[in-house]
Amino acid sequence: MEIIVCIKRVPQTAEVAVKIDSTGKGIEKDRLTFDTNESDTYALEEAVLMKEKFGGNITVISLGDEDTEDTLRIALAKGADNAIRIKAEDFGVLDGFQTSQILQSAIKTLNYDVIFTGCISTDAAYSQIGVTLAELLEIPHASLVVNFDINNERADVQRELEGGLIEHLDISLPALFTIQTGINEPRYASLIKIRRATKKIIKVIGKDELQQDEFISNSTLDELFVPPISKQVEFLTGSVGESSAKLAGIFKEKGLI
Amino acid sequence: MSEIFVLIEHRQEEIRDISFELLTCGRKLAEENSSKLTAVILGFNTEKIVEKIKSEVHRVLIYDNEILKEFNSETYQIVLSYLIAKENPFLFLIGHTAFGMDLCPALATQLKIPFTTDCLNIEISDNKIKVVRQMFDGKLDAKVILRENPSYMLTLRAGSFPATESNLEAEVSNLDSPISEEPDYRKFIEYIEAVAGDVDITKSDIVVGIGRGIKEQDNMTLIEDFAASIGGVVACSRPIVDSDWLPKDRQIGSSGKVIKPKLYIAIGISGAFQHIAGMKGAETIVAINRDANAPIFNEADYGIVDDLFKVIPILKEKILEMK
Ligand SMILES: Cc1cc2nc3c(=O)[nH]c(=O)nc-3n(C[C@H](O)[C@H](O)[C@H](O)COP(=O)(O)OP(=O)(O)OC[C@H]3O[C@@H](n4cnc5c(N)ncnc54)[C@H](O)[C@@H]3O)c2cc1C
Ligand SMILES: Nc1ncnc2c1ncn2[C@@H]1O[C@H](COP(=O)(O)O)[C@@H](O)[C@H]1O
Repeated sequence: MEIIVCIKRVPQTAEVAVKIDSTGKGIEKDRLTFDTNESDTYALEEAVLMKEKFGGNITVISLGDEDTEDTLRIALAKGADNAIRIKAEDFGVLDGFQTSQILQSAIKTLNYDVIFTGCISTDAAYSQIGVTLAELLEIPHASLVVNFDINNERADVQRELEGGLIEHLDISLPALFTIQTGINEPRYASLIKIRRATKKIIKVIGKDELQQDEFISNSTLDELFVPPISKQVEFLTGSVGESSAKLAGIFKEKGLI
Repeated sequence: MSEIFVLIEHRQEEIRDISFELLTCGRKLAEENSSKLTAVILGFNTEKIVEKIKSEVHRVLIYDNEILKEFNSETYQIVLSYLIAKENPFLFLIGHTAFGMDLCPALATQLKIPFTTDCLNIEISDNKIKVVRQMFDGKLDAKVILRENPSYMLTLRAGSFPATESNLEAEVSNLDSPISEEPDYRKFIEYIEAVAGDVDITKSDIVVGIGRGIKEQDNMTLIEDFAASIGGVVACSRPIVDSDWLPKDRQIGSSGKVIKPKLYIAIGISGAFQHIAGMKGAETIVAINRDANAPIFNEADYGIVDDLFKVIPILKEKILEMK
């Protein structure tokens, strides 16, 4: 089975302050750490599990800058066979639709039965690139997949709806699936495997090597701003003892304890 | 300006709340731009749904067919692409839900219509569209301008347009589905209901929510002890369930449970909108987080910016003292 996994290297912004840069359209990156996008680690693990079950080949692909090669190497260490980087430096600022078209122009020349992507990138947060890519490749798709198997050359898929309800589907292959977190338990790459992966070759593709030169954008980012405050929080300050005592006092006052 | 269309989302015979929010948003935009609002309903035995939508819009277009009973984005895409190509609405609005995320990008791409997803706000001027959407773990908002085009498609975040009442009288039309069979490449099999566990977190007056800030499974006892001291149940954000540290029925949020307790304490939870969707109805919300910029503080009544491992043991002591 030929499997392609799209992965993205993203800044880890959940636990730190995010500052808008001087252009007003990007963020200050120098103090941020970068890692594989969360749902993409589950997408990769699902590919490795499928390969272990059915045999085959995994190709990981990412549109990103040179540092992305570190992310791709970790994927190689976890069980991917081939890695492709499409040079983001050959393009300017891209929106989700352009990213989808660029990925498509690279993927359409490859063999695949299954394509996995993450269900959302934590930086752009579109939840659109997987489904758009499927449409551009003219293959069926299912998003937010939490259970995946293959039977009689068709995919047996469960997708997650609101409230924990599951939608059970039967989909022909080739097809694209966007993977939701929790579907599996992503493995860690051992140091030995990471070291071995540093010797593997990452195929780097520039804009000239894609058989397409126009990538239409759907949208342009005009400005970034700090979200307006919807509700004014009262911060309880002081030492841990003081803030905790204040909070316990509030609970008491409200009759909660 | 041509019309604004809203796709009505329903599931298991119920209209989903997002539909009324989409209609509220659509009505506002239609009024501001002297346009008309149309609701599009795909389903089977849709009479009851139509009855509830009639007063919300100027026009209702219905495809009532057994193959449209359950949402199947590939089936819906065939019907909707046919409809949109015929009607050419200016704007087609869909919910940013599991349903909308599966449908919109493919449908808009097929029709070559500029689209974007998860919009919190929409502005139309001179037939151009500007939207606000969030990026970087919800820490920043982005103003985004769509490529100029005669028509657009957007998905709207739940909760962005609180539903309002309306008393319009719609003209209702039943249309013939352009297809009579579900495509072979994607077949709906069934819904699988979530299984109920031992504790129903929606029934408790006090809920203690724990998130990725807890770091390790071994630390969970700290939270269990704390919850016991205040007489609350332990619930959590999604990553805790993804790691199997708590069962799925303890998850708060759009893909988990919606709770409305008297008190909700969010500990080491950043406050992603999918989480907020499940707890913003709590009477009093407290957040304990090391990061003063965490979006959870935008929803909280009281906040402590500190290390949870320092705060929780002491807070537990103070509560026991005051009891
Ligand atoms: C379709 C879809 C549906 C989803 N549904 C849900 C849902 O129903 N419910 C849900 O919760 N999520 C849901 N998510 C996931 C959601 O987007 C977030 O990824 C998730 O809520 C993040 O969980 P978290 O806040 O625990 O983790 P993080 O975002 O990683 O935040 C951890 C927080 O802990 C804080 N912290 C770390 N260490 C400490 C410490 N020592 N002391 C104090 N604070 C500390 C950090 O500052 C940070 O704010 C969904 C996502 C998708 C795409
Ligand atoms: N630059 C990229 N390179 C490779 N894959 C990507 C890229 N951007 C997004 N993706 C994939 O698309 C998914 C959804 O991203 P998004 O639509 O931005 O939320 C991600 O989880 C990745 O799997």
